[in-house]
Amino acid sequence: MNLQDSKIKSVSNREAAKSTAPDGRFHLAISEELITQCMHCGLCLSVCPTYALTGLERSSPRGRIRLMKSVMDGTIPVTGTFEYEMNFCLDCQACQTACPAGVKYGELVEAAREYIQVNKKGFKLKRLLLKNFFMGRSGLRAVATVLRFYQKIGLEKVVIFLSRIVPIGILKRARLLPQLSDKFAIDVLPEMVEPKSAERGKVAVLTGCVMDAMFAEANLDTVDVLRENGWRVAVPHEQVCCGSVNGHAGDNETARTLAMKNIEVFENTGAQYYVVNSAGCSAFMKEYDKLLADNPEYSERAKRFSTRVKEFSEFIHETGYRKPKAKFGSTVTYHEACHLVHTQKISAQPREIVKDLAGDNYRELNEATWCCGSAGIYNVVHYDEAAKLLDRKLDNINKCGAHTVITGNPGCLAQIAAGAKNDGMDMDVIHLATALNRLYKTEK
Amino acid sequence: MITDGVKKKLREIFGKSNYLDSTEDRIAYSYDGTALLSSMPDAIVIPSSVEHISRLMKLANDAKFAVIPRGSGSGLSGGSIPSENSVVLLMSRWDKVIELDRNNLTAWVEPGAITGKFQTLVESHGLFYPPDPGSSQICTLGGNVAENAGGLRGLKYGVTKNYVLGFEVVLASGEVMRIGGKNMKDVAGYNLKDVLIGSEGTLGIFTKILLKLIPLPQTGRTLLAFYDSIAGAAETVSAITAARIMPAMLEFLDNATIRAVEDFAHLGLDKETGAILLVEVDGPRSAVEEDASAIEAICVKSGAKSVRLANDEAEGTKLKSARKSAFSALARIRPTTILEDATVPRSELATMVDFINVTAKKHDIEIGTFGHAGDGNLHPTGLTNERDHAEIARIESAFEEIFRKAVDLGGTITGEHGVGLAKKKFMESLYDTPFIKMMKKTKEMLDPNCVLNPGKIISVAPRCEGALPKSREQIEKLTSQMENPSEAYF
Repeated sequence: MNLQDSKIKSVSNREAAKSTAPDGRFHLAISEELITQCMHCGLCLSVCPTYALTGLERSSPRGRIRLMKSVMDGTIPVTGTFEYEMNFCLDCQACQTACPAGVKYGELVEAAREYIQVNKKGFKLKRLLLKNFFMGRSGLRAVATVLRFYQKIGLEKVVIFLSRIVPIGILKRARLLPQLSDKFAIDVLPEMVEPKSAERGKVAVLTGCVMDAMFAEANLDTVDVLRENGWRVAVPHEQVCCGSVNGHAGDNETARTLAMKNIEVFENTGAQYYVVNSAGCSAFMKEYDKLLADNPEYSERAKRFSTRVKEFSEFIHETGYRKPKAKFGSTVTYHEACHLVHTQKISAQPREIVKDLAGDNYRELNEATWCCGSAGIYNVVHYDEAAKLLDRKLDNINKCGAHTVITGNPGCLAQIAAGAKNDGMDMDVIHLATALNRLYKTEK
Repeated sequence: MITDGVKKKLREIFGKSNYLDSTEDRIAYSYDGTALLSSMPDAIVIPSSVEHISRLMKLANDAKFAVIPRGSGSGLSGGSIPSENSVVLLMSRWDKVIELDRNNLTAWVEPGAITGKFQTLVESHGLFYPPDPGSSQICTLGGNVAENAGGLRGLKYGVTKNYVLGFEVVLASGEVMRIGGKNMKDVAGYNLKDVLIGSEGTLGIFTKILLKLIPLPQTGRTLLAFYDSIAGAAETVSAITAARIMPAMLEFLDNATIRAVEDFAHLGLDKETGAILLVEVDGPRSAVEEDASAIEAICVKSGAKSVRLANDEAEGTKLKSARKSAFSALARIRPTTILEDATVPRSELATMVDFINVTAKKHDIEIGTFGHAGDGNLHPTGLTNERDHAEIARIESAFEEIFRKAVDLGGTITGEHGVGLAKKKFMESLYDTPFIKMMKKTKEMLDPNCVLNPGKIISVAPRCEGALPKSREQIEKLTSQMENPSEAYF
């Protein structure tokens, strides 16, 4: 058996992933230690969205870990069911928060997916598409242009109307698309903007791909809030995608290329901190050190880079922010993005800020830490399951009676807003930076 | 293996989508929360009605296969681990609260209802269901009744059986029996209800349970006391009892656990502390205040180095975090965590903890002990790695000595986890022959073909372990199991 002693060696160890045991079967490149840390107590089942959907053990973190163990031991080969369950998982990592033994489930499921990818025969269309799409900005630009046109000429309305009559896969999925921003924030913002109050230092921001195409406003608000609080803000135009979409789909090679480019670009800004307003991106960028641990040229730089990455709410909470004079006039609640609460354990900070902005209008959301079903491209791939999770989320929002939902991730913003729109709910779904900046603006 | 004919009949009874037998599903139902044990069932079935379960039992008697009832699979004694030639009966989807009767303070629930969710529900009505096993977030009420589960509030409020008024149960024969009701007094006939509670799925399958509720206490107060040695903590427990105070919670951590907690949660605990006691009193506000100050004085008098009394609920939660993270902290140290529940009369607490520490040292293994000081229910937790067979052997001998000592002190081998497979071998060696005999007779009478969760708690007759091997293949399989004892438990 070719097993690593500790930690998953992800794709960097493609050879290990491909290695075969004497019996000719594949073996997962997952460390035995990580797997045996699971004592199968079952506490993860209570928070797992996919287990809640099927009620089957194999759709739970505990069940999936046991399946991985079985593949690793050679008890079963990689089967269709195995592959399905690994991809059916949202990777929301709620189980990591619930786990008493500290099992790093996210690392396990990502390694399993990568293993499936690496060993898969035939043409890997999804991977090829993702690779080309996120490598440069041109793919994203082209798609965004087409989609803006599609929304502008009213074709979207026709498609959505059709989807209600003929609810087939692609038409239903069209409902998930939020209203695109007119322009990318990165095209509007100069490379460096001055602080609006006494200068406290220099930060650089990541504008992101999905965030910038769909929620450019949130990027502009992020920059505004930072300036308002005395930060000089660098918006490096050469920055690329953080690599998380590729990484989570099992293509760490592309993710590494992107990471190296970003390290280069952000280092050149000379900023003390790299502020990231998208939960998925900040989580991934904080792990550049692990991603590039085996690269002699970049390992040290990646380590330094990762310590400088700060998620937006984490950053303003830690460094302090000016509290706006006004409070929200309508009811407000906070939805916790998985990659904030579960992956980065950032929960108290944004909640405290939201509570402060809302004052008496704050409403606590039941199951606030449950995934909304967005999960990267999960809502596109597993449309029906994601729709059930979205319904559960909307139901909870309805019950708490909030008009404005604040969150910290573009996926959640798009998913919850699309759901509210489809259900004809009058709901405002906004990023925390937008919420804060709106109140700042009322002061002018 | 069950035959193709049986499989076909199971599909007929349950429907195709509620019958599972893929290797992946069989793997996923091969374990529960118990360390080291696992075994694959032949199939898994999900019932939609009581009639389904009834027909399953009749088929099991006809075709001679075993039925293994299962809730969430969080048990800690191997009660839901499949045996040879078995079908898992999955009850987790029966999760409704059928009725909440606020006039009689009772609730009818389905067996798959999650304990923690049920508690939240009744508490929102100002009512209280006290039994709170550590796994309350995921364990089912049916599982709790089958295991007679305990928890942190045992001292003052008792355990699951104190809250079961009645149930509907499918017997091994497939007959449906109803027992008990909303009466607080009922002496008609033998108390068979208590025979079925805690029977670990060997005598019947609960399909509907009637639970007793009590009013939710008005308020609570938490206190944490630090000691140089376990002796001081034990003295405090005795003194609190002697002072006729009944805390809702009286928990302790030993030094090994305190060190683990501090390394994991960084709560600022002194790692040299010999023991910590966590006390919570609840009830009407005035009584709580009185009890809290009385306990504070007792702690100091019994030799506590320092005592911290929470001023409000938030501070109380903070003080509880040391006890709450005890298990998590220990579980992170080594890959395999063996959580036991040897229990002694509370006057023997210090003797037992000292014995556990000496025994761990003797066998060169790591054991951290924490648990319910108030009711003497200890959780000596063995930390090891299941792949290190030599260490596993040492830990097993250590626990054997610990259980023996517990029984010698007038205690028991399990306070709340159940016997299942994990502690079966201690039953027959440590308990009175007439008691074992009566249990065996009861099992034989209620389940003559031994189709209901066979091999758990006690072994009845050889036929009870499933059909005797006939073919060469079966015999070879059995021999290999005997050589590899981690897979064989009979």
